[in-house]
Amino acid sequence: MGAAEDGAVRQLAGDTLTWLTDPGRWDVTSVAGIPFRTLQHLGVSVSAILLACVLAVPLALHLAHRRRAEALASSVVNIGRAIPSFGLIVLFWLLATRTGWVGTQFWPLVLALTALALPPVFTNTYTAVREVDAATVEAARGMGYTEAQVLRRIELPLASPVILAGIRIAFVQVVATTAIGAIVTNGGGLGRYVVDGFARGVAGRPTVLAGALLLATLTLLADGAFGLVERLLLPDGVRDDARRADVANRVGAAG
Amino acid sequence: MTGVLAQARPLLEWDWVGRNGELLWELTRQHLYFTGMAVGIGLAISLALSVVALRWRATLTPILGFGSVLYTIPSLALFALLLPVLGIGDALAITALVTYTILILVRNIVAGIDGVPREVIEAADGMGYRPARRFLEIELPLAMPVVVAGLRIASVTVIGLVTVTALIGRGGLGALILRGFRTLPPFPTMIVVGTLLSVVLAITVDLLLLGVERALTPWARRKTAP
Amino acid sequence: MPETTAAPVAGTATPTDPMIALRGLTKAFDGQDRPAVDHLDLDVPRGEIVVLVGPSGCGKTTTLKMINRIIEPTSGEVFIDGQPTSARPAHELRRDLGYVIQQVGLFPHKTIAQNIATVPRLLGWDRDRIRARTAELLERVDLEPELASRYPSELSGGQRQRVGVARALAADPPVLLMDEPYGAVDPLVRGRLQDQLLELQRELGKTIVFVTHDIDEAIKLGDRIAILNVGGVLEQYAPPAEILREPANDFVRSFLGAERALKQLSLQAVGDAELVRGPVVAADESATAARSVAQAEGVDWVGVLDGERLRGWLWTDDLEDGRRVGDHATRDFRVMVDHATSLRGALDAIVTSRNQVAVVVDDDRYRGMLFIEDVARRLTLSGGGRANRRATPAVSEDRA
Repeated sequence: MGAAEDGAVRQLAGDTLTWLTDPGRWDVTSVAGIPFRTLQHLGVSVSAILLACVLAVPLALHLAHRRRAEALASSVVNIGRAIPSFGLIVLFWLLATRTGWVGTQFWPLVLALTALALPPVFTNTYTAVREVDAATVEAARGMGYTEAQVLRRIELPLASPVILAGIRIAFVQVVATTAIGAIVTNGGGLGRYVVDGFARGVAGRPTVLAGALLLATLTLLADGAFGLVERLLLPDGVRDDARRADVANRVGAAG
Repeated sequence: MTGVLAQARPLLEWDWVGRNGELLWELTRQHLYFTGMAVGIGLAISLALSVVALRWRATLTPILGFGSVLYTIPSLALFALLLPVLGIGDALAITALVTYTILILVRNIVAGIDGVPREVIEAADGMGYRPARRFLEIELPLAMPVVVAGLRIASVTVIGLVTVTALIGRGGLGALILRGFRTLPPFPTMIVVGTLLSVVLAITVDLLLLGVERALTPWARRKTAP
Repeated sequence: MPETTAAPVAGTATPTDPMIALRGLTKAFDGQDRPAVDHLDLDVPRGEIVVLVGPSGCGKTTTLKMINRIIEPTSGEVFIDGQPTSARPAHELRRDLGYVIQQVGLFPHKTIAQNIATVPRLLGWDRDRIRARTAELLERVDLEPELASRYPSELSGGQRQRVGVARALAADPPVLLMDEPYGAVDPLVRGRLQDQLLELQRELGKTIVFVTHDIDEAIKLGDRIAILNVGGVLEQYAPPAEILREPANDFVRSFLGAERALKQLSLQAVGDAELVRGPVVAADESATAARSVAQAEGVDWVGVLDGERLRGWLWTDDLEDGRRVGDHATRDFRVMVDHATSLRGALDAIVTSRNQVAVVVDDDRYRGMLFIEDVARRLTLSGGGRANRRATPAVSEDRA
C-alpha cells in the first residue's frame, strides 16, 4: 500500500471516529441521532418478527401436529430464499403508494420483512415438532393426554429449542434487512447513514463506515440478546438442545 | 405526492418488456456473472477451510463461528466496511457476496464428509487407499449430495443478494429495480420485472444444480434393496 | 504350543513356515490403564483358517487390525511371509492383504463390478484383465453376472457380504483378514456364507485370519482357534477338536460353555461316524426273511432297499406271508441326512422331528443308519457297549 493510500485510510478512520464520537449524534432528542435511529430500526424489526411469529407459529404447530402439508413445509423455505429482499421491499412500497391503504413509511417495510421472515419461522417450527421423539408422543397418548394436551405439554416444550432457533435466525435476518429499507423509505433505522453516505460519494464515506459499524454491531448484539432470551424462555430439560439447534439451523437467509 | 403519480402506470407494461429484451438479457447475464464468481470463489475458499477443519478438528468451531459472524453482518454494512479497502467496483460486490457463502458451504462440506459411513472409510483404508486418493475418490463423491445441497442454498442466497449491490452501482437485475424506484414517477414495470426475473433465475439455478446432483449421484436413485 | 515359540526365519519359506507371525505384539490405547493386546505371540500356518475368538475387550479385532496396520502396534512386530510389515508403506501392504469387515463397507457410489475392481485398479491392472477378474469372482461367490452393474443399495445383506469377499479376493492376495464378517446377517444366511467360505477355501487355500465372538462359528470354520481373554491374553491356541477335548483352563472351559460335548459333535461328519446297516432288506426278499432281520436287530420294523436306494419302511406286523417285501406299501423315513452333515446337525434333525433314527445317504445311495443312542453314547463318552436299538423311525403316535 502506498503512503498516499495509507494516509487516506488513516484519514478515513479518523473522520469516522470523529463522526461516531460527535456528542450531537448521541442526542436522544434528535431525529437524525443514533439513539433514535437505533430505536426506529428495532421497532421495525421487532414488529416484523412478532407479526411473522403470530402468523406462522400457530399454523405450523397445528399442521405439524396433524402431520399435514409436509411438502409445503420443506419447499416454503426455499421459495422464501429465492425472493430478493431488496425487490420485495421496493414492491411493497410500490403497492403501498398505489393502494393508499397504509402509509408509505413504516408498514410497507414491516410487511415486506414479515413476508421474508415467514418461511424460516414456519419451516423451523414445523420441523421442530416433527422431530420430537415419536415414542414420547405415543407414551403421552398412551397415558391419556388429549391431542391438545399432547401439542401443548409435550410437543411444544420439546420442540421449543428448534422453534426459537428458527425465530432467532429470522430475527437476525430481519434486523439485517431492515437496513435495506433505508434505500426506499425514511425508515430503515441505521441503514439510513449508509444509504445517505453512499449518495454523497467520497465525502460521505465516514458516514458510510460509521453506519456500517453501528449496523454490524446492532445485528451481532441482536443475535446475542436473542440467545439470552432463548435461555430464559426454555424449559430446563431442553436447554442443552438449544445450542445444537442453533448451530444446525444457523443458515436461514442472509440480508 | 408520489402515490398519485405512480398510479398513472400499470404494474407491468408488456410492450416495454418487449422493447428491452437486450437490456434484460444483459442484466441477467451480469447477475449470473456475480453469482457465479461469488459462489465459485466461495466454494474454493470453503473447500480449503473444510480441509483444514477436517484435518484439525479443533479449528472447526472457530471457522464456523467466523463464517457465522460474516453471515450475520448485514449486506449493506458489509459493502460499506469493504469499501475503503476495495473501492467501488466488481471486486467489492463479489467479495461481499462471497462472505455469505462461506458458512453455508463449509458447514455442508464438513457435514457431507462426516456423513460418509465409517465402515466405508475403513474398507478403503484396508484395501490400501492413500489419504488424498481416498478423499477424492471415496469421500468427496459420497459427500456430493450434501455439498450440492449447500451449493444450492448458497447460489439462491447470493442471487437474492446481488440485487442489493445495486446500491454500489452494480446489482444486475437489482439495478433495474433501483432504476424503476428512482425514476420520477416510479416505473413499476422495472421493479416487477427485476424482482420476478431474480426469482426465476434463483429457481432455475436451483433446479439446474439439482439436475447436476442427480447426474453426479446415480447410485442414490436406485434403491430397491430387498 | 510349539507354533508360538518358533522364531520366523526369513528367506527359507518351507510349507511349515508360518504365513503370518505375531511377535510380542502389544497395543496400548491412550487413556486406558491396561493394554488392549499384551505381548501376543502367534503363528498362522500357510493355507489355514485361524479364528481369533473371545469376549468383547479381548483385543481380537485390535490384533487383526494390527496385521494390516489399520491400527499401528505400540510395540512388537508382525511378519508376513517372513517380512516385517513395518518395512513397507501401509497402503502397499494392505493391497496384498484381503480385508473383509462386518458392515462390509462397500462403496455406495460404485457398482458391484467397480467395488470388486478396487484393489486391481489401485495396483494398476489393465481394463481387460480387471473385467475378466471381476466376472470370475462374481461366479466364484455365486452371484449372477447381471449384478455387476448394480449398486450396493440394490443388493441384500447376504449378497453384499459376498461382494465384500469377492472384493477382498480381487487381487488374489495370499492372506485374507476377516473381522466378524457374518456378525450382521441372520443365522440362516450366516450358515450359508460359512459353507461358502469353506468351499472357497478348499479351492483357494488362502491363509485366513477370522475374528468372531461366536464360538460355534469358530469351531465350524477354524483349522485352529486362538481363544483370547480380556487384555489380549492368549488362553489356548489349538485345533478345535483339541480345544473341545482338552480345554487348557477354566476360562476356556467356561467360554466353550456347557455344551462342549455337543459342540464336539459338530466337528465330525455323519459319514465318518460308525454307521450301522440297520434292519434293512432288499425288495425281493420274502416277508419271512424280513421278519428274521428285524428280530435279529431287536426291532419291530424293517427298511426296504431298492438296489442302493432306501425306499421306506414298514411294521413287521404288516408283513403278509407269501408276498415279497417290495410288494408292501411303505412309509417314508422322517429324517434323511447327507453323509457330509455334522453329527450335531444329524442330532438336531432327529430331535426336532421327534424321532430316534436318521437315514444317512450319499446322494441317493443308502449309507447306513444313525440311532440317537449312538450319538448319546458319543456324548457321554462312556463307550458302554452296543446301544439298545428298540428305536423306531416313527413317532409313537404312528403305532396307534
